Amino acid sequence: MRSIRGRALLQALPLKSAAQRSAFALLVGLAISLMIVSQVEPRTVERLRTGITDVTAPVLGFFSRPAASVAEVADEIDSIMAVHAENERLQEENSRLLRWQSLASQLGSENEALRAMLKVVPDPQAHFVTARVIGDAGGPFVRTLLVAAGEQQGVRKGQAVVTAEGLVGRVVEAGTSSGRILLVTDLNSRIPVVISGSRQRAILAGNNTGSLRLEFLAVDARLGIGDRVVTSGEGGAFPPGLPIGRISRVGEDAVLVEPWVKWGRLEFVTVLDYSLPGILPATRRAGRAHMINSPIEGAP
Amino acid sequence: MIPAGWVERTDFTARSLLPFATVLLLVVVSVVPWHLPGLAPITPAFSLMAVYYWAIYRPDKLPYAATFAAGLLQDLLSGGPLGMMALVFLCVHGVVGSQRTFLHGKPFRVVWWGFSLVAPGAAALGWIVASAYYGLLVPPLPLIVYVVLTVLLYPLLGFVFTKLHNGILARV
Repeated sequence: MRSIRGRALLQALPLKSAAQRSAFALLVGLAISLMIVSQVEPRTVERLRTGITDVTAPVLGFFSRPAASVAEVADEIDSIMAVHAENERLQEENSRLLRWQSLASQLGSENEALRAMLKVVPDPQAHFVTARVIGDAGGPFVRTLLVAAGEQQGVRKGQAVVTAEGLVGRVVEAGTSSGRILLVTDLNSRIPVVISGSRQRAILAGNNTGSLRLEFLAVDARLGIGDRVVTSGEGGAFPPGLPIGRISRVGEDAVLVEPWVKWGRLEFVTVLDYSLPGILPATRRAGRAHMINSPIEGAP
Repeated sequence: MIPAGWVERTDFTARSLLPFATVLLLVVVSVVPWHLPGLAPITPAFSLMAVYYWAIYRPDKLPYAATFAAGLLQDLLSGGPLGMMALVFLCVHGVVGSQRTFLHGKPFRVVWWGFSLVAPGAAALGWIVASAYYGLLVPPLPLIVYVVLTVLLYPLLGFVFTKLHNGILARV
């Protein structure tokens, strides 16, 4: 008994030998210099990061599966409790969508005919890769996702990432078998967009919350709540026409856009490869959209 | 008091690694997407809770280098500035370590109250560092939600850690 109490007391005394203090100072200095190095040498840090995510991707993938099953159970319970109301809503929506479907096919064939008449250059074809989301740090500082697909599966830096609902973000790092996606809601995300109705151009910026801000709007822009916001394809950064969200608030200080994507339910995402040339000479040569991550370098 | 035979030594080493292992496990757990409707946008800082707890009760088993490594792993997995979480974890460890004589042996509510002071401090440090790194002011609202959620959920992990401490780490 006495030896245990003695040990507890020993551990209760402050352990502040000189070696401990210098270790602390050294490690703090190391942390700060790592931050500076990652600003100065982003490529080295990126290689290190993709190396680590490649190694931990299988572990994260393993953990994501039970997490997904828990979510499925929660979803099941939810849907069982709302069956009747959901049924009515779905029947209404179905009949509405059938009407839209026939209208859409009419418009589609009219579109084809007009394009042929005007000899419009066709939009580039897209290849795509669908991958499971294995990491979502969910921090207040960065909004990124990790996916279980990398260069081996055809994922490259700068590619747009979507789900059935809309644009999720773009690929900022691609390892061998894992990739990191910068979400549209992240602080550093800037996307050139166009408002569907008025064809106004703007830049959509994230701020780590659920709403996005429209910046660089023309002073006399006329917008309404509910206007659809899609990518404009300006600068070859993103393919044009990808839906992002709808305008949810028009105020004096800011215009807010609510994205279509439901962030809590991202299990699989699709990475699009349009083989866009991008805006840098090096990437134009390579024929792929490699984007530099830093906002200072001029790429959105 | 390191025991002699190899079985006992392996047992001793395995038990000594437990605090570091819990911090690493929580770093990985906080990155895995949980898809729960309320929790989706902001997951609380579970790894910070672990660093706080072990810094008070067993700093002999969680040296500064271990805290640094865990913070670095968190940075690499979450996509934040490299070294930011490492710095925050180290500072929490350092500050809490210096207050051990006050916190050690106090009832749980005092330790929780201490955490409710440390967590906002850590978040403020992270805010300053991230804003300096990105060159823009990080919006404070998600940060506030993050801190409140983390402080409220501390008892959950504190309970688990206490069980581990009194059980597995009692004889180490």
